[in-house]
Amino acid sequence: MTLTTDLRIAAALPARAGVGLKGEHVPDILGSRPDVGFFEVHAENYMEAGGAPHRHLEAIRRDYPLSLHGVGLSIGGAGPLDRDHLARLRKVADRYEPGLFSEHLAWSTHDITYYNDLLPVPYTEATLALVSAHIDEVQEVMGRQMLLENPSTYVAFAESTLSETDFLREIVRRTGCGLLLDVNNVHVSATNHGWSAETYLAEFPLEQVREIHLGGHAPDIDDDGLPLLIDAHDRAVDQEVWRLFALVANRLGPLPTLIEWDNDVPAWPVLLDEARSADRILTAAASREPRRALG
Amino acid sequence: MPSADGRPWPPGPVPGRDDFAAALFAPDLPVPAGVVGPGGRPAGKRFAVYRNNVVVSLAESLKATYPAVAALLGDEYFSALARLFMSAHPPKSPILSRYGGDLSDFVAGFAPLAAYPYLADVARFEWAWLESYHAADAVPLDPAELAVVAPEVLGDVRFRAHPAARLLASGFPVFDLVVANRFEPEVSVPIDLLESQTVLFSRPDIDVMFRVLPAGTAALAKALLAGQALGEAAELAFVADPDFDFPQGLSVLLSAGVFCGLDRGTA
Repeated sequence: MTLTTDLRIAAALPARAGVGLKGEHVPDILGSRPDVGFFEVHAENYMEAGGAPHRHLEAIRRDYPLSLHGVGLSIGGAGPLDRDHLARLRKVADRYEPGLFSEHLAWSTHDITYYNDLLPVPYTEATLALVSAHIDEVQEVMGRQMLLENPSTYVAFAESTLSETDFLREIVRRTGCGLLLDVNNVHVSATNHGWSAETYLAEFPLEQVREIHLGGHAPDIDDDGLPLLIDAHDRAVDQEVWRLFALVANRLGPLPTLIEWDNDVPAWPVLLDEARSADRILTAAASREPRRALG
Repeated sequence: MPSADGRPWPPGPVPGRDDFAAALFAPDLPVPAGVVGPGGRPAGKRFAVYRNNVVVSLAESLKATYPAVAALLGDEYFSALARLFMSAHPPKSPILSRYGGDLSDFVAGFAPLAAYPYLADVARFEWAWLESYHAADAVPLDPAELAVVAPEVLGDVRFRAHPAARLLASGFPVFDLVVANRFEPEVSVPIDLLESQTVLFSRPDIDVMFRVLPAGTAALAKALLAGQALGEAAELAFVADPDFDFPQGLSVLLSAGVFCGLDRGTA
């Protein structure tokens, strides 16, 4: 194991585009060793004992930095965190030495049922206490900083008393976690709730952002005929999301930026093209003098 | 509500969470109170997005685990079956590869499918395949290790089962059914539903291998994987098939990599 670890590329993620790893692309990746900044994996896909997924990820990790993205911790869950799951997460991190580790502002488990979706939380003082306590525990067990991802949501809660950006800012203040800014989620939620995405970004604690996500969404309408965007990760990144991403990149300078495409997964070259598009925006941003205030 | 291990909990209540969770699997329940759209408008279709995400993603997870069952039933029927299954057996873990192991028992007890009694074993095959695929890595036993055991103590040898070894005994031609409906065979063979097949799964490296075992070899594999000594296992194999070719049967198991070690017994 020591030998394998020593032969690995360093853990830190470059400020470049990376790609969410899908099993169907493994032969292309191992065969052609494409020039991408990093790969990101869902931690829950690497919690089995052995077999092909681990073999493939070991091989990829030797040549690429890795970002570890949890989808099952249920940070916004009403009950205590699942300590067994947290221990499994730590084991995956110890094995693969990711440069970044992130999870969601959402819940997915209630009582003992796992719903396999990122479900919304009300933005209240009570939820702040709950989420902060959970993130404290996660960071303690993981022995590293966690990045919290802003959610895509379809509903709001009448009881919410805080804006999403104020909520996130306060979570960061209380826990010391970093943020993962999903620009597609910003566009999806802003559209779904009738916010301005640019105002949201102006109010977002951008200085705490350590990673960016980009992905595709599916357009729909709600009962009243209002636009309803579904965070489907089933297509190319939307033009409006590219535009918002360029705003953020020009503001912050280059950051590790992930292309997520999880459903109707395209052929590898299509995904690689999306990463190239993100890299062009990051390169352009690098040549600018970063500005520290939006708008 | 204190947590199971005595940690103080919760730091604050989450009103309405029980209703939100309950409504996800129950389309007849109303949108939970306080869940709203823009400007406080009703959120019917918006809440339905969550219901849909939960149900569709779990059905897809089950379909990924059970492609042959889905092919035999057709996508529409399988999706409807998956919905009934997930309401009765929702996931208990965020590790989705572990979800759905009891689908075979659910199918076996599902009256509308009583005319297709082989479906449960097709599901058992696909679950065994998945377990083998994800099992811990181990180096298979080198047959040379057995060659150096003194003949007079050979009958006392016990094998350690490889973590990826599985044996499925079916009263149906489960191998033929799965191959025809999952693995795109180059040649399609006629399926005799009166045939019984015992299937051995192994994973000497990262590819899952599976084959039908004749009665004698099946009895030998069952006994050896259960930890019985080689002598006892051979006797059981000869009971199952008086014409059993013992060296050939043992060679099949060794070359499939179903063992990862041996104990030479007490002699």
